[in-house]
Amino acid sequence: MSTREAMGRKEHFRKAVWETPFHPRTSALNTLNEWHRWKDYTTADAYFDEQLEYAAIRNACAVFDITPMTKHLISGPDALAFLNRLVTRDVAKIKPGRVGYTIWCDDNGQVIDDGTIFHLREGVYRLCSQERQLDWLMRNSFGFDVTIVEDTHDVAALAFQGPTSCAVLKAIGCTGVQNLKPFDIGYYPFAGGELMVSRTGFTGDLGYELWIDPPRALDLWDALFDKGRIHGIRPMGTHALEVARIEAGFIQAQVDFHPADQAIMTDRSRSPFELDLGRLVDFGKPCFNGRRALLEEKKKGSRYRFVKLDVEGNKPARSAYVYDKDKNVVGTVTSAEWAPSAKRNIAYASLHMPWGRPGDELWAEIYYQRELKWYKVMARCHVTEQPFWDPARKRTTPAADF
Amino acid sequence: MTDRDRIVIVGAGHNGLACAAYLARAGREVVVLEAAAQVGGAAVTREFAKGFRVSGCAHLSYLLDAGIARELKLASHGLKWAREGLKTVALSPSGDHLVYKDGRLESGTLSEADRKALADYHARMLKFARIFAKQHNRVPPRLGGGGRADLRGAAALGLDIRMLGREDMREFLRIAGINIYDVLEEILESPLLKGSLALDAVLGANLGPRSNNSVLALLHRLSGQAAGNAGPSIPEGGMGAIGEAMAGAARAAGATIRTGSPVRRITLDGDRVSGIELEGGEKIAAGTVISNADPATTLFRLLGARNLETGFVHRVRHFRHKGMAAKLHLALEALPSFTRLASELVGERLVISPDMTYLEHAFDAAKYGATSPDPAFEVTIPSISDKSLAPPGKHVLSAVVLYAPFDERANGDGARRELLDRALSVLDRHAPGLRRQVVASELLLPADIEREFRITGGHWHHGELALDQFMMMRPVPGAAQYAMPVGGLFLCGAGCHPGGGVMGSAGRNAANAVLATERAA
Repeated sequence: MSTREAMGRKEHFRKAVWETPFHPRTSALNTLNEWHRWKDYTTADAYFDEQLEYAAIRNACAVFDITPMTKHLISGPDALAFLNRLVTRDVAKIKPGRVGYTIWCDDNGQVIDDGTIFHLREGVYRLCSQERQLDWLMRNSFGFDVTIVEDTHDVAALAFQGPTSCAVLKAIGCTGVQNLKPFDIGYYPFAGGELMVSRTGFTGDLGYELWIDPPRALDLWDALFDKGRIHGIRPMGTHALEVARIEAGFIQAQVDFHPADQAIMTDRSRSPFELDLGRLVDFGKPCFNGRRALLEEKKKGSRYRFVKLDVEGNKPARSAYVYDKDKNVVGTVTSAEWAPSAKRNIAYASLHMPWGRPGDELWAEIYYQRELKWYKVMARCHVTEQPFWDPARKRTTPAADF
Repeated sequence: MTDRDRIVIVGAGHNGLACAAYLARAGREVVVLEAAAQVGGAAVTREFAKGFRVSGCAHLSYLLDAGIARELKLASHGLKWAREGLKTVALSPSGDHLVYKDGRLESGTLSEADRKALADYHARMLKFARIFAKQHNRVPPRLGGGGRADLRGAAALGLDIRMLGREDMREFLRIAGINIYDVLEEILESPLLKGSLALDAVLGANLGPRSNNSVLALLHRLSGQAAGNAGPSIPEGGMGAIGEAMAGAARAAGATIRTGSPVRRITLDGDRVSGIELEGGEKIAAGTVISNADPATTLFRLLGARNLETGFVHRVRHFRHKGMAAKLHLALEALPSFTRLASELVGERLVISPDMTYLEHAFDAAKYGATSPDPAFEVTIPSISDKSLAPPGKHVLSAVVLYAPFDERANGDGARRELLDRALSVLDRHAPGLRRQVVASELLLPADIEREFRITGGHWHHGELALDQFMMMRPVPGAAQYAMPVGGLFLCGAGCHPGGGVMGSAGRNAANAVLATERAA
């Protein structure tokens, strides 16, 4: 029984964690048998070797099951007006067949979540997010002629990322897919139905996300692995993806910021400016959630600054305190990894203002273990404004085969 | 003057008119737009049967702010009192009525203990109500605002409570949030007296005597008298006289008042108001729009929820404003005769609430969406002291009937007929033959009040008076200082502090808030 069927029969509560439509394949490939829970679904941490899985993202192609991602279909005469009040950016600029990254705030201008808006067809949108949003969306719908359907369980989806991904998609029949520009959406006939392909992803590389009816999910998986074999296709789990997303510069709810609607203490949430996402705030719109508070913040100044750090040495600065030169704590690291492709020790940090200006002398207090013995290093950190990983192939259109 | 300097006030209720008068006196160009044919809003006198006129909604004045009456010279604009400081007659079906005024029993039988307890109760409640009275003309402090005025406002409230003295402060803090049933049970014996006193705590509210917040509602009702008013009074010509006098004051100060001009929507330019559009399509530009309408009407119907941020919309949607009281108007061919009630007392305030259980049972039905099988009443026969209201020898009876919930199950002609019949049965029980004296009748259910007076939910106070909707939380936290989140938009009605009852204070405070905003700009 699928999640959707169980919900229809009101029997979903009998099982807390479900398998995605790809589970017959993902479980067969998961030689490590490592899983964790992602909302309603079980999802693989790693399949065979997280470093090799990461290597596939950067050197071949890798498949990640994103079915558990929260998805809502938003339509109706007021869909655009509704979204424009909901999110900080101007949704009118996301044309049909395009995708936009966005954030949304509460009235206090604090970020509730980030996600992507897919303009599927004229006036029909899909909102994808990390956290569940139905309650917030329903609250937002008062006064709008809009239909909101959570379709998380009605769409099977894969992230398909890496330099050879385009070649594989062409091989399974997505003719012309190389012409999709970043954030474009394309539709291709597949297995008697339709495959939606968007040139989007969470890895900062050439890559796509694939969206299909659950009954055709296994056909899609099999086609990818069949045609992808000579292109080095691998499944990847969340560990490999985590390294890629940090390298690519993407932040994540619950990791780099605490969703405002779940924050109890007022200093736990962050504004868009405090997450270095000011570019996503369009004050040209007369009304959106958080606008007044954000205008006020513009005037008065922010409390925090979100920075990318280049950390000296090779020990990831996970959860490290960040100090100024006088050994005052000025913030904490939210995400940190050794970046294999950038070949740098990188971190994101949330620092109290005014810290985090380029050139500030900052130090991370890093603890690490060797054979159960703890060591500590104080590593010098350099604020970096350039992305750590930004290959031209991410943008080049038509996409190359490699 | 430019369009930006113009101030439009939506609704010529008494608060809208008071607001207009104060702003016009301060030299502003003010245009008041009223949907109805006459001014006054819920303070209105109108003919409901040929030759019979009655206060259409509110029928007693007990909260009119004395300072506002003086400053706006309402007396010189025609406000005169037909009766000031009515006595209360707690009607007993057996004829053993109790007549009291200001805590003093004037006739009827009470134990010595009850007489003393009644006097103590009145004095103490009046003392507590004075705390509220002091707040009437203050703009409430902004919670967490941190500004100097906010801190001063909060400190002043705290000090007022502290200055009650230790014992009274403790008692105030103990009872302010609880229910009138428990308070009266503690101190009184007479069921009739308790029933009558409890009615004052639930009139017009979605509360029974055992509901918490009923003490708060009572203190609000008493706060007018605590501020120096005479207590329940009847203006000459009915409550409409207050609306007319306020309109006179506003006009004299230079405000323009247009009746029969319903506003369709509040228009915006970016994130600021730019004026209003009338139902007829006419547009009036204004830099400031002040709405005397209730919060839901103003923010959702006239402005549109989409022009507000979601958290704020959510809070306003949960502002409770379910009307619970019906209004009964009877045209009578003669003065009714109440069992064993001296004829000179028929013109006082007559209460039918024989005991608190009766009242609670009346509320029980309403809680579940039905009108009360045995309703409770506050009755006045204003034509006794004001002959202009009825043809010679004839009379009008005006009564608040509890309870009639704003609920589709208790709406429509059937429900209206049914409640009217029950109301007449109860009245006839107390004044045998009254039913046969009725030549015309009108019963306004909350839905009728919503329609006629354009108040969402038909709630007199535009919303429940309860701790969570009071002072700095009225109508909702973050918007209790009259200014709404949209630039240039203000509320000035009973949905704001200090709330309902014909006071004028919300209107004057809103005017002050507008002027303060101008100064700060």
